[in-house]
Amino acid sequence: MLQSLHLRAALVSVMLLVVLLGLWELTSQPPAATEALTEYELLMGGADQEARVPPPSAVIGLAVAELSNPFYDAGPNDKGIGIQLGYSIYRVLTGFTLAALIAVPVGFLIGMSPLMYKALNPFIQVLRPISPLAWMPLALFIIKDSEASSIFVIFICSIWPMLINTAFGVASVRTDWVNVARTHELNAFQTAIQVILPAAAPTILTGMRISIGIAWLVIVAAEMLVGGTGIGYYVWNEWNNLDLTSVIFSILMIGVVGMMLDIALAAATKAVQYQE
Amino acid sequence: MSYRSLGNPFDADTDLQHGPACNCPICVFKREPEASRYECTESQMTERLERAVFDDAATSADPSPVFAAASAKRQPFATSDDVMDRAVESAIVRGLFGHNDMSRRNFLGLVGGGTLAGILGTMLPMDKIKAAVKEEMLKPEKTKLKVGFVPITCATPIIMAHPLGFYEKYGLDVDVIKTAGWAVARDKSLAKEYDASHMLTPMPLAMTMGAGSTAVPYRMPAVENINGQAIVLHVDHKDKRDPKDWKGFKFGVPFDYSMHNFLLRYYVAEHGLDPDKDIQIRVVPPPEMVANLRAGNLDGYLSPDPFNQRAVWEKVGFIHILTKDIWPGHPCCAFACSDEFATTLPNTYAALLKSIVDATHYSQKAENRKEISAAIAPKNYLNQPVPVIEQVLTGRFADGLGNIQDVPDRIDFDPFPWHSMAVWILTQMKRWGYVDGDIDYKAIAEQVYLASDAAKYMAELGYPVPDKTYENYMIMGKEFDWTKPEEYVQSFAIKRA
Repeated sequence: MLQSLHLRAALVSVMLLVVLLGLWELTSQPPAATEALTEYELLMGGADQEARVPPPSAVIGLAVAELSNPFYDAGPNDKGIGIQLGYSIYRVLTGFTLAALIAVPVGFLIGMSPLMYKALNPFIQVLRPISPLAWMPLALFIIKDSEASSIFVIFICSIWPMLINTAFGVASVRTDWVNVARTHELNAFQTAIQVILPAAAPTILTGMRISIGIAWLVIVAAEMLVGGTGIGYYVWNEWNNLDLTSVIFSILMIGVVGMMLDIALAAATKAVQYQE
Repeated sequence: MSYRSLGNPFDADTDLQHGPACNCPICVFKREPEASRYECTESQMTERLERAVFDDAATSADPSPVFAAASAKRQPFATSDDVMDRAVESAIVRGLFGHNDMSRRNFLGLVGGGTLAGILGTMLPMDKIKAAVKEEMLKPEKTKLKVGFVPITCATPIIMAHPLGFYEKYGLDVDVIKTAGWAVARDKSLAKEYDASHMLTPMPLAMTMGAGSTAVPYRMPAVENINGQAIVLHVDHKDKRDPKDWKGFKFGVPFDYSMHNFLLRYYVAEHGLDPDKDIQIRVVPPPEMVANLRAGNLDGYLSPDPFNQRAVWEKVGFIHILTKDIWPGHPCCAFACSDEFATTLPNTYAALLKSIVDATHYSQKAENRKEISAAIAPKNYLNQPVPVIEQVLTGRFADGLGNIQDVPDRIDFDPFPWHSMAVWILTQMKRWGYVDGDIDYKAIAEQVYLASDAAKYMAELGYPVPDKTYENYMIMGKEFDWTKPEEYVQSFAIKRA
């Protein structure tokens, strides 16, 4: 019964997809190319040459073409989708790693010390809701490097969920366990590494999972702003040309990569999960 | 009489040593009373003077009194090549005698200079050595450069110099990097990510004065294009061709410090609208103009091409007026770099400027425009349909109102940075309150718009050079007199200053 439920659900999903794509395909057919009669019509460009939402078949065609040669490099402003995604992933992972290196120890500090929690809380509350992109002009001005600025923006947006989740995870470790550690005469550092870290790991990794999701959202916007390379720049560049086929294709790619990042961290979370 | 240290090494009577009687600029400078007043280290000064000797001081624009004093006391070599030839000969002959000038003169007194020259000529390939040395001297210090551009046809010379090989021709390996908008182009230039960049003609002025950013001395040795902009309105406004009907309109311009902003303000103000109260002017990066017009965020814009023509192509807008009809021959975009780049890498700067001046003149020729259109349309550069670019560059275009217009100088290219253009821009910055207080119009214009550099390379490449750097303009029937900038600002009825 369960087997057939899965099967039927999959069937319905596929049917929905086919119907939706079919509708989209039918409604977005380009107008028939008209023979340009006068020079004016020629200079205006026919209706078929106007930018419009492409049918899914056009997107699939482009996807096949792009993905069959994802790493071409035809100059600084024309690189393959693989290279663009690579740049974005590199920036996200760098910013994310830097944020983790700071957020986890500071989170421990806040979680283990009520004094530090109270002292740092006002700063966190003020800084946390700031849109990461609002930092961009300041970052560009102070850091004077667009690459480092976009990494900084990723850093600043992914630090908060990790910090708060680490602090929460550390603070809610059962006191029994900490007491047991104390009876075994573990010092504070040993307690943190051997007892609290494993106990809080699932919460910390959940924070990381939230962070990487946000980081991936933000990198697209950041790259649109500074340009150069990356998937965000790719979208921007195609938007300049009102080439919606490429825009839709890159939206799909952003979704796929974001999903893969999420799956990776979900797997990591599962690995540190424990039964009480 | 030439410098003693550059005296004829084959002459027994010439003293080649620097010393109390030497009259080379370096020695003259050391003796001058001005030396103590000059605010730079001796090694910097020596370097400048040596370069000046090499560049042939007669044409140098160095205004320092020290230099004038030095150059007055000598006769320059006919060309800088001659200086180099002599320096090479001199070095070889002096080396032969272990840098002992007395033994050189004794020997030459015995055998005669011609004999020595003959012997040397049979032993050493003198010409090849000279050529090699000269090539080494003029070689760009840095060949791998990054030049930023915003994807618009104004940047045509900067962009097309890449696919058509103008940078290579002058020994440079330039990456032209597409930039999202002017603020980013400015910040990336200030951050030295770009060695030089495509900018709007008012930007280096604003950056040098510190308006809207930190003050960093910038120089603009070449204008890119003249004309080439237009006011585009949404197709819904086809019946509102009189600017008086534009109250409440939202207009886009590419940047605060742009000719677009100043020309739009000038245009509506001449029609009695206050650009700050009667209409709304928003800064929109050029590539986003068409999308915003289509979405109804803008009623119109004064923007660079190809986005005017693209609006027509997409049937969302029409061309109301070309900016050429507001001010024929107005400047628009420019090639700019920091003073630091130009002074620390003088050969690179020279090579880059030469390629730009050359490319600009190539773009000027109507017969090259189709070739250029095809070269700059691909994804790596403008990323636009070729027919759109072609209509912009050839000037035969559909205006979106049912007419084909034929305006060959719809966009044109001319590298000469007129000082009077800078003065006009400064008057408008003052007029609309972008800068406060008294402005020394001429001083800033001459500091930033390096007409002398452009003239030097235009002449070298065989293009005609204007014999003055200031002229008057007629803009919408009102005369701009460059000698009276402050009166000009005050003569407008609508102004902020």
